[in-house]
This record gives sequence, C-alpha cells and structure tokens, in this order.
Amino acid sequence: MEITSIDKPKVVHPVYRLKLFLPLLLFFVVAIFLMSALGRDPSYMPSALLDRPAPEFSLRILGDEDKYVGREIFLGEPSLLNIWATWCFSCRVEHAFLHKLSLQGIRIIGLNYKDDMHKATDWLNKMKDPYVLSVIDDVGKLAINLGVFGAPETYFIDSMGIIRYKHVGVIDDRVWHDRLLPIWKNLK
Amino acid sequence: MIAEYGHFALILALFLAILQAVIPQIGAYAENRLWMATARPLVLGQTLFVMFSFGCLVALFVNDDFSVRYVAENSNTLLPYRYKISAVWAAHEGSLLLWVLILSLWSLAVSIFSTSLPAHLIARVLGVMGFISVGFYLFVLFTSNPFDRSLPFFLSEGADLNPLLQDVGLIFHPPILYMGYVGLSVAFSFSIAALMAGSVDSAWARWVRPWTLIAWMFLTLGISLGSWWAYYELGWGGWWFWDPVENASFMPWLVCTALVHSLSATEKRGAFTSWTLLLAIIAFSLSLLGTFLVRSGVLTSVHAFATDPTRGIFILTFLVVVIGGSLLLFALRGPTKKRSKGFSGLSKEMFILINNLLLVGLTAIILLGTLYPLVSDVLGWGKISVGPPYFNLFFVPLTLLLAILMPIGSVLRWKKSDSVKVLYYFNGPLVCALFMGGLIPLFYGSYEVIAAITIFVASWVVSVTVRDVWQKSAHSRSRLYGFMRLNASYFGMIIAHIGVAVCIVGVGLTSVYSTQRDVRMEPGDQIAVADYKFEFVSMGPFKGPNFIADQAEVTVTKNDLSVATLYPQKRRYLASGQTMTEAAINSGMFRDIYVALGERLKGDAWALRIYVKPFVIWIWLGTLFIAVGALVALTDKRYRRGYKKVINQ
Repeated sequence: MEITSIDKPKVVHPVYRLKLFLPLLLFFVVAIFLMSALGRDPSYMPSALLDRPAPEFSLRILGDEDKYVGREIFLGEPSLLNIWATWCFSCRVEHAFLHKLSLQGIRIIGLNYKDDMHKATDWLNKMKDPYVLSVIDDVGKLAINLGVFGAPETYFIDSMGIIRYKHVGVIDDRVWHDRLLPIWKNLK
Repeated sequence: MIAEYGHFALILALFLAILQAVIPQIGAYAENRLWMATARPLVLGQTLFVMFSFGCLVALFVNDDFSVRYVAENSNTLLPYRYKISAVWAAHEGSLLLWVLILSLWSLAVSIFSTSLPAHLIARVLGVMGFISVGFYLFVLFTSNPFDRSLPFFLSEGADLNPLLQDVGLIFHPPILYMGYVGLSVAFSFSIAALMAGSVDSAWARWVRPWTLIAWMFLTLGISLGSWWAYYELGWGGWWFWDPVENASFMPWLVCTALVHSLSATEKRGAFTSWTLLLAIIAFSLSLLGTFLVRSGVLTSVHAFATDPTRGIFILTFLVVVIGGSLLLFALRGPTKKRSKGFSGLSKEMFILINNLLLVGLTAIILLGTLYPLVSDVLGWGKISVGPPYFNLFFVPLTLLLAILMPIGSVLRWKKSDSVKVLYYFNGPLVCALFMGGLIPLFYGSYEVIAAITIFVASWVVSVTVRDVWQKSAHSRSRLYGFMRLNASYFGMIIAHIGVAVCIVGVGLTSVYSTQRDVRMEPGDQIAVADYKFEFVSMGPFKGPNFIADQAEVTVTKNDLSVATLYPQKRRYLASGQTMTEAAINSGMFRDIYVALGERLKGDAWALRIYVKPFVIWIWLGTLFIAVGALVALTDKRYRRGYKKVINQ
C-alpha cells in the first residue's frame, strides 16, 4: 500500500486555508433559511384549493337527513366552514367561542366529519348549535377534496364560494382577533 | 416572595456569567495569572446562584403558587409530588432554566477536575462556557422568564400538566438528554480555546476525550430513554418517528460519535487535528440548532413548545454569533499544518476516516430531511414534509455499511496493517456470520431477507469482536493475565460495538417480525395474535390521583399456559378533560406484548390494538451497552495521569 501524506510537518499555502471557510459558508446558507422561516406559522397549511372555488358535493344535513345540499350553500354571503366531530376534543374547546361568533352574525357552516350521526345531533342539542347548518360527511369525501388534515379546521369562504383561507386548529379569542378577524373582514 | 428571589438570583447569575466570559479571557490574552484565576470562583458563584434560582422554581411548584403563570400553566394541586417537581422542566421556560443550570454544573465540573491543565487553557475554556451561559441567561430573562407572575388576576387552580408528560419518563428523559446536549459545550469550549491559543497536541485530545465520552454517554441514554418513553406512552407501539425534535437530538449524537473516534486518532497519532476541532464545534452547534428548532416554532413537532417569533429571533441571533463566530475562528486559525505521519489504506486511521465520513454524511442527510419542509416553504415549493421513507432509505443501508466496517476498523493497527494477514483474519468470522444470517431466520416461520441481513451484520460484528478480544488477550503467562492487561478504553470500545450489534438485531427483527392487530372486542371475546391468545376478560373503572379511567383486563396465554394479565387504561384527566391511552406492556427478552385501548364502540365493545413485537427491547439494551461502553472507557488510567502528577507535586 502506498503511504499517503508526508513525513515532516509542512506549512500549507494560504490558499488551502480557503477550504476551512467551507463550514462557515454552509452555516450561513442554513442560517438564511432559518431566518426567512421565522415568523411563518408552521401549522398554517395552505389548502390546495386556496383561491379556488370550494369543491362540488352533495351531502345530507344533520338533523334533516332527507335533504341534500351542495356548494350553493356558500354562495351569496361569506361563511366559515368548520370541520368538527364529537370525537374531537379540541372541537369541544372551540365550540363555545364559535357560538359567540355566531351570535355576532358570522355565518358558520359545520362539516360533521367521520362521526356518528346520533351522537352529533345529541351534541348540538346539548351544547347549543353555532352552525346555520351542518353537513354530514361520514366517509370524509368532501373533507378529502378540501384537503382536511384533522379536526378542527376552519375554511374561510367568500360570497362567491371561493376558499380564501384555511385555519388549522382551535379558534379562540386570541387567534380570532390577532389573525383571523382581518381575514374575515376582507371576505366581506 | 420566592418567585422574586429566584428571579433576582438569576439576574445575579447573569452578571457573574458576564464576568466569567470576559475577565479570564482577557487574562489569558494578556497572560495575567490573577485575571485567569478568577474563572474558578466565578463559575462557583454562578452555579450557586442558578441552583438557588432553580430551587425557587421547584419550591413554587411544590407550594402550588398559581400566581406564577408558569406554575399555573403546568401544575395542579392534585398532581402527585414527583410530577410537580418534574413539571419544572415540562415546558419552555423551566426547561431553559434547567439548560443553564446544567451548563453551569458542567462548567463547575470542568473547573474542579481540570486542575492539572495549563492555566490559560482552563481560563479560556471557562470563558467560552461563560459566554454561552450569558446568552442563555439573557434568553431566559428577556423572553422566557419562568418567574413571571400573572398578577393581579391569578388562578386558584392550575391548568395541570399535559397528561402525556405525567410519566416517569418526564422525570429522567429531559435532564439526562440535557446533560448530553449541554455536555457537548465542554468539547466545544476546548476547541475554541485551542483555536484561540493556536495549539493542539495529543495532550489536548487526551483532556477533551473524557468530557466528550461523558456527554456522549448521557446523550445516548437520553435519546434512548426518549425513544422508550415514546414507545410505551404514545400508545401506538412506535419507538422512533423521525420527528424534527428526535432528529435534533440524534444529529449531535451522530457527530459526537464521530468525534469520539476522531479524537482517538488525534490523541494516538496526531491525525485529523482540524477535523476533530471542527467536529467538536459542529456537535455543539447542532445541539444549539436543536434548541432553536424546538423553541422557535419553525417546525411542527410533537415536542414543539410555544411558538413565539421573538424567541426565534433571539435564538437565531445567538446561533449566528456562537456558531458563525466559532466557524469563522476555525476558518482563520484552524491548523492547516499536517502533523500526521501518514497512513495506508488499510489502517485504523483510514477506517476512522470512513466512519467519520459516514456519520457526518448521515447527519447531513437527516439535517436536510429535517429542514426540508422549511426550505421548500421558503423557496415557495409549498409545504412538503419528507417522512420516514426518506430517512429509512438512506439511513438503513448506510448504517449497515457502517456496522460492517466497524469491527474491521477496531481490529486494524494504526498506520498500516498487513493486508494478507488481515484477509486471513476475517475468514472465520465471515463464515460464522453468513451461517448465522442464513440459518436463524429459518426458525421464524417466513424467511425474510431483511432478517437474514440483520443477523448477518450483527453476528459479523460480534464474531470479529470476540476474535479480536481472544487474539489480544493471548499472553505467555496466562490468558487471564493477558485479559487483565487490556486497557479500559479497549473494553469500552468492545462493549459499545457489541451494543451496536444488539441494537441492530432489535431494530431489524422488530421491524420485520412485529404483528399488529386492530380488533373490536367485547368482554369474553378471544383472539389469536402470533402465537398468543388474548382474552378480553372485563372492563372496569379505575381511579387515579388526578384522573379517572376505564381499565380493561386482558389475559394472554400461549399453548394454554398463562403468560400475562394486562391492564390497559383509557384515562380522562380531571383538570384538563384530556383523554389518554395508557398501553399495557409485558416485556420479555425475546418479545414484547403490547395492548392499548382505542375508542369505545357500541355497547360493551371496545377497539383494542394488540402488538407482538419480537426483540424490541434489544434496541434499548443495545443503547445501554453503548452507554456502559463509554463509562468503562472513561475509567482508563491515562485520563487520570495528569491529575496524579499534580497530587504528587
């Protein structure tokens, strides 16, 4: 085998020092990315349908199971489409605040996601109903088309039925006033 | 008043840390002995104050002082005492306080155990550690003060600790992991000190090595505990998720592993000097980066604490100063002189080099995967996460390659080994490994190639290692005498390498042979999974200190012999109303039986998740071996040589 390298210590030409700058350079590339990532909200997941019309669907209404509705329910005035389920604990947390919003005249449509119909009806009877209506998506068909990750999620849909924003997670007083209220106002 | 005392002590600790960062450094620069000598008392003072401050936070939790916001958010009067204390580090503010506390303890340890080191070196090392402390004190005090009160309106009852964290895992996992994370700051500070002084020699490597080994041991244990905790607490039987935060702890570990090896080459042969310095810097930088990723909220993760951009900006600035500064120092002063005597392609040096390249390569792959969602978002490619498939694709083959090369490297000699002798040497172990790998999976029903590869690699590692020990322990007087003559570092290495083999068996066989069934069961129902028969006997209520639960009784039998009775629970925590699944596990050397309760279905029926996971415990057993190996290597006489000299003088 050939012996690589050298026997005596020898000073390397200054140009070779340049390679020692490589780690620093790499770090700055990473730092720049980290810098621009700051302030972005990682839980904000843009829907694939952002600024596109809400998908077509035909689903039954909770509490009036003989009746089917479609995307026409979004037309005419802006609304929130809230994904909820009785198995979703965070939805319970969010419920009271949604009710408050509905009293302020905000139109909230529910999407009852992969749930038991009877439990869902019970729930709304017991805990007050913030929704103008809730559609039953027991197999999650509309949810898949919307790109739902989990409950709760809320879509902001304008009067033309176009999705303008998607919020992942619980809506509470703080989130609403800090972030969501301006978006809602823009819808109008 | 306790909160105010704690806050005040923290401010005093900050001022002492500032002095510690500045005065010894100036002393070392100006060669002023008195100024250099201030380092030790300053470290002691800083440690006492931060300990006092930490004690205050513990006292606030124990006394249920809910006027302190942090306590109110993370505790509850009903919470058992052990969790009240561990709740101190359950969230952002307190865990940062733990971070600085551990940093000061490491500084104190360095100042106590390094009395034989040159004064300027120790002054610089402690100075650098002081600088890091300052950054963290400022961070705690300005953005994340755990002593903030929520006066005048405070709660009479706390929100309770997150149920996932109400577990013995929380008591041990974070402090041990932090011991590892923060312990890397010692090797880092030694590197910076060496770069400042402009000299690195084998004595330097000998001083750094024990510190690196301890940090590495803690890091190994911490990561392993975290993985074990996830396994039994999250209730879905997984033990590693490639979650950003797991990656954040794994990357420093990989680099630290590389460092442990390259340090030995630097110590024994004067090889890889600048590479070793760089690895020490990178290892700690990655642990800082991990802190940034967890605390700034740039990535989503099961571990992510509060997201607050100001915190992110602060840490990022600190990161740029510390990492950018030290890499700049490295670029300007890193040694370009070659001190190495040169080595051939078939030498220990070469294999350590390959080991290092593979480990750093793995780190780069994990870093890329972890930051990918962030990078693609910034570049406008949309939010894309790379999941386990990406990581496994690269990680599995590279790790196996690493494991195959590992025992060869440990057998080879420094500088040059005789290639003919070497080839002959590995024949026996190779045959043995092929035999084991080919044969053992036959006993496991279906023959799986992955199982065969796993067993081949593991037996290869073990048989080469055993052969090596046999060869090296040969002595004309007696084998036992020869055995005793081998040094502790060597034994440490052997134990750790065997640990890697054990770990590989665990990972490989668990992923191939695990059985999972999701079933619907009513009391009285029976089901067979793998060779076991599970009977859902009954369902009953259970009352814990701060939760109520539905508890199932499940008996497990094999060939009509009773194996275990398991009691999985579905808990509802009273304060928060959160529900949690508490899996019941029967662990064994060769298999774990794991039962978790799912949702309640109609009537008395429940969804149950049943796993039989062969060899899963070997994963953690292997990591334990690795940690023990580090500990054994630490006891090597040569690391204490320097101190003895001082005592004799």
